[in-house]
Amino acid sequence: MPEPYRSFSSKVVPLKAENVDTDQIVPARYLKITDKAGLAEVLFRDWRFDEQGCFLDPLFVLDKPGMAGRNILLVGANFGTGSSREHAPWALAAWGFKAVISTGYADIFRSNALKNGVLPISVDPETHAHLFALVDDDPDSELRIDLAEGGILLPDGTTIGFDVDTFAKLMLLRGTDEIGYLVEKLPAIEAWEATHPARVDTRSEARATGQV
Amino acid sequence: MDQQRPRTLVEKIWDDHVVAEDEGAPSVLAVDLHLVHEVTSPQAFTGLRERGLTVRHPERTVATADHSVPTTPRGLPFLDPLAAAQVQQLDANCREFGIPLHGIGDPSQGIVHVIGPQLGLTQPGMTIVCGDSHTSTHGAFGALAFGIGTSEVEMVLATQALLQRRPRTYEVRVDGRLQPGVSAKDIILALIARIGVGGGTGHVFEYRGEAIRALTMEQRMTICNMSIEGGARAGLIAPDDTTFEYLHGRPHAPHGQAWDDAVEAWRRLPSDADATFDTSVGIDASALEPMITYGTNPGMGIPISSRVPDPAAAPDTSARRALERALEYMDLTPGQAILGQPVDVVFIGSCTNGRISDLRLAAAALQGRHVAESVRMMIVPGSDEVKREAEREGLHEVFRAAGAEWREAGCSMCIAMNGDQLRPGQYAVSTSNRNFEGRQGKGGRTFLASPLTAAASAVAGVVADPRLLPGIEAVAGIGGR
Repeated sequence: MPEPYRSFSSKVVPLKAENVDTDQIVPARYLKITDKAGLAEVLFRDWRFDEQGCFLDPLFVLDKPGMAGRNILLVGANFGTGSSREHAPWALAAWGFKAVISTGYADIFRSNALKNGVLPISVDPETHAHLFALVDDDPDSELRIDLAEGGILLPDGTTIGFDVDTFAKLMLLRGTDEIGYLVEKLPAIEAWEATHPARVDTRSEARATGQV
Repeated sequence: MDQQRPRTLVEKIWDDHVVAEDEGAPSVLAVDLHLVHEVTSPQAFTGLRERGLTVRHPERTVATADHSVPTTPRGLPFLDPLAAAQVQQLDANCREFGIPLHGIGDPSQGIVHVIGPQLGLTQPGMTIVCGDSHTSTHGAFGALAFGIGTSEVEMVLATQALLQRRPRTYEVRVDGRLQPGVSAKDIILALIARIGVGGGTGHVFEYRGEAIRALTMEQRMTICNMSIEGGARAGLIAPDDTTFEYLHGRPHAPHGQAWDDAVEAWRRLPSDADATFDTSVGIDASALEPMITYGTNPGMGIPISSRVPDPAAAPDTSARRALERALEYMDLTPGQAILGQPVDVVFIGSCTNGRISDLRLAAAALQGRHVAESVRMMIVPGSDEVKREAEREGLHEVFRAAGAEWREAGCSMCIAMNGDQLRPGQYAVSTSNRNFEGRQGKGGRTFLASPLTAAASAVAGVVADPRLLPGIEAVAGIGGR
């Protein structure tokens, strides 16, 4: 069961790249695990380390001085494109990220992130550029993210509003899994199934194939 | 629900599967078929155990091992203990919860998106999910099929339902006739180059038009497969006689009276004539050339005879930066021709292009020719059944005679989890779906293309235009059935 999502303040890790795909967030060779262990170490692995496992020169933003412990990732458009691997938000959460700010997200990534306490905040391109400018000016700028209010509080006291799916927001604030809600819907699911016969039986003896 | 309102294909399937809709909450959507593989399922089964839940409908669930399985001869042991443990875990989970598993050694083993259609499990009008973004493949049958995360895999295992918001609709109209040497892969690469990798976000594609109707089921699967590369979680094609002909007689397809009833129902699925879409794009198939990617996402594609774009001409700073970064990673020069670019590896396979018709095209291109000395060519069938059929037809003899490797079934070098991978700096022409940095091995560089372009490039040792391959006319019917 996840923790209830609380408002927090943090400095920002800026990553100026668009269309960051899930193969960059967690390279596929690290998907052979059967649990969620060790994912913080492989977050953005190939942008951080060379083949020998040494830090790249120049350092990737995550490894620069002062970045450890920051909870907000500010990143370019269409973050999380590519595969459905939930390892991507698991790794972001394991690193300590509680929110990502971009102009948009790939659908599956957004859905996965919301289930793991990594808030995918979408802002318009103008606000997005303003936030990057703010962090360029002062890399230690601190933002306060308040999910209940749907706002990002900037150092100058102004607030940027953002929208989150109302249901996902409720789940995050309560610290509840969607699966509990769905299990409560079992009577409705059973009623639906009573009038909609199964389309396939995967356990039935397949008849002779011989075709592709 | 207003029955009078004209509806699109996806809206009909959606409406038919909504179980409940609470104010402010997403729809509870019933799932007809759940496909499971070794990579995205272990943590879901752990979750079930921790919550004391069980698999509600193991008979609507089917599993296979594909991502981390070696494609070396089946008798050999796994070299990677992690991969071995993951495949063993899938086996244990399926046994514990009673889920049918087409594991290694099973005659139906193969890439999850190849075996579903092959077994006749994928049928029109169904909702199909899998912890895999290329689940969109099954949309070729007029099914609503999409990838889900592991939390959702757990939800579907436990309840056979999901929470989903209604997607927006996106018409992709492809008219005209494909020219010889141009195939389904080129249509989808052209679409993604046009709308970008985020172009379909929040939407479901419906591919329509004369060029789509003319495609075989396997070609339709190639197109729907890469819907996710255009940002759409699903992409559908209305079922028609081509669909029914493909399905008829398959192991899990309805038979007898049930078949006739099913076809009658499936004929009501296509979008109503006056239904409208939220977004629309049109492509002229007759104007398409073979396509190839030059960069590090599937939207970075160009007609094969054109030149690598110049970042200086990019519309804005971030696009310029992205292009510069991609060309640096690919070690390509702005304005250079892509034709003639040396190639180290050619990979034919994957859920995009690992079916029998893809292998037939590759064999037709390789017949009587030899892979260039500098090139390693790997041909990986999409399933064990595809492998057997190819061998019945003698395609493997053509591949071997040409100097290509003929492997066992699996995802292989598309995702490079199983030991099949590029070395840093190598260039590959691949028939797979993603050219992301490191996708085919850390430091590897991928050009995505059709099986014909891949085979022509293997022979030439450089990126080559399949239309220039002598004898291509013999396989020119690829635009038709």
